[in-house]
Amino acid sequence: MSFESEMSKGSFVIPQCSTCQKWVWPPTDYCNACFGKISLKKGDFQGRVIEFSRQNDDYFCMVEIENSFRIMAKMSDKPKIDQIVKISKCGIEDGNYYFEIN
Amino acid sequence: MKRVAIAAYGITPFSKDDKKIESILFESTKNLLENNPKIEKNEIDTVLVSTNNNSKYLSPILSESIGIQPKIAHSIENLCNSGTNSIVSAYSYIAAGLADIVLVSGAERYDSPGQILEWDNSRGEFKHPIFWASIFTSSYKRKFGISDEELAMVSVKNHSQAQNNPNAISKKTYSVEDVMNSKKITDDLKLLDCSQSCTGGASIILASENIIKKITDQPIWISGVGQKTISAGFTKNNSFNSMESTKIASQTALHMAHKEIHDIDVAEVHDAFSVCEPMALEAIGMANHGEGTKMVKELYETKNLMINPRGGLIGCGHPLGATGIAQTIEITQQLQSRARNRQVENPNTGLVHNMSAAATSSTILVLEK
Repeated sequence: MSFESEMSKGSFVIPQCSTCQKWVWPPTDYCNACFGKISLKKGDFQGRVIEFSRQNDDYFCMVEIENSFRIMAKMSDKPKIDQIVKISKCGIEDGNYYFEIN
Repeated sequence: MKRVAIAAYGITPFSKDDKKIESILFESTKNLLENNPKIEKNEIDTVLVSTNNNSKYLSPILSESIGIQPKIAHSIENLCNSGTNSIVSAYSYIAAGLADIVLVSGAERYDSPGQILEWDNSRGEFKHPIFWASIFTSSYKRKFGISDEELAMVSVKNHSQAQNNPNAISKKTYSVEDVMNSKKITDDLKLLDCSQSCTGGASIILASENIIKKITDQPIWISGVGQKTISAGFTKNNSFNSMESTKIASQTALHMAHKEIHDIDVAEVHDAFSVCEPMALEAIGMANHGEGTKMVKELYETKNLMINPRGGLIGCGHPLGATGIAQTIEITQQLQSRARNRQVENPNTGLVHNMSAAATSSTILVLEK
């Protein structure tokens, strides 16, 4: 199981260092703090909208996941700053990750 | 450590021309050598090429094209900040005694692959620079209560100033209304808020203290160098309404030069998008937090050219690998009083701000007569 194979199946997992327990983002094979090996943590993760803008009908948001790291994600409804969200869809298309939140 | 000065420069017009990268490098270098006959090309012992182009071995190619065999020749890529990173490398070679005369040549094509950082998957499908610029703009407006019209003044000022620069891509002036009515890119960005990726080249010669007087009567000294990398990924910026890397690099460079920010008479700042200019002015310390747009407005209304006299990236265009070198050439020309109809009155000290990927990294140079 790798981060990208999970993403390809639409499953969002968080890489965590098996040694120091730090969440490691972006996904890599080793922890960027202690170089420990990474394992993947499944869960029902929460995010918080930090900032957003809109292109055409879609909002794109800066989202902080579990008060730890940030991703940019698409949202169809107008977000609010500090709104709590969850990743509703994710995947890899043409080598690029994509995330949708609601 | 040896002192290092700028001795000569050459530049091409910035355009949308479809030219080979090798031709663009050659063109600005030829311009430099033809305009500086005191420089004996065989005395150039290092050639550094700044570009994001995917062509290989460009520094040896440029060296062969101009008929020299330098000791050191290699390329440097660091996205939009490649140009000043190359100048810092040239500075380091000379200061360390490994070189005496370094040619730094930057070039880019309008279709540069350096516009998109493919690695940064944290941005999801939003990898184009317009998305980080929109997040910066939204955050800056929200934090400081700034309007789109206030930000549009950056574009108005820099397009206006570019009309005094024959190499600039912009050939028109615009009003705030024009900027507001230009094509909407996102809710927070209009087309005229954006710099254009373009084709262009810029070259510069740096030399050591013991050589410089032989090749120029007007050396411009690099007295301060500051650099800072926060991250590679945009989402790791601590703030989206301030430029932390720029602030740290600026403090480092000013400290090294034994200068205060009020000593700076003229500056080039990296206005890739309208919001970047006030954010840079604040990070450098020229304006208080949230008051960068007020400074921009005052400069425009008083016809004070001290910030981005050549028109900035918005007015000149943004050939990534050449931009930092072109900025440095502008400050050199200003300090030499050779900036013609865009000359700032009697400047003694200037500053260059060049950054990459939403200010995840920045370089600051302090230049002096």
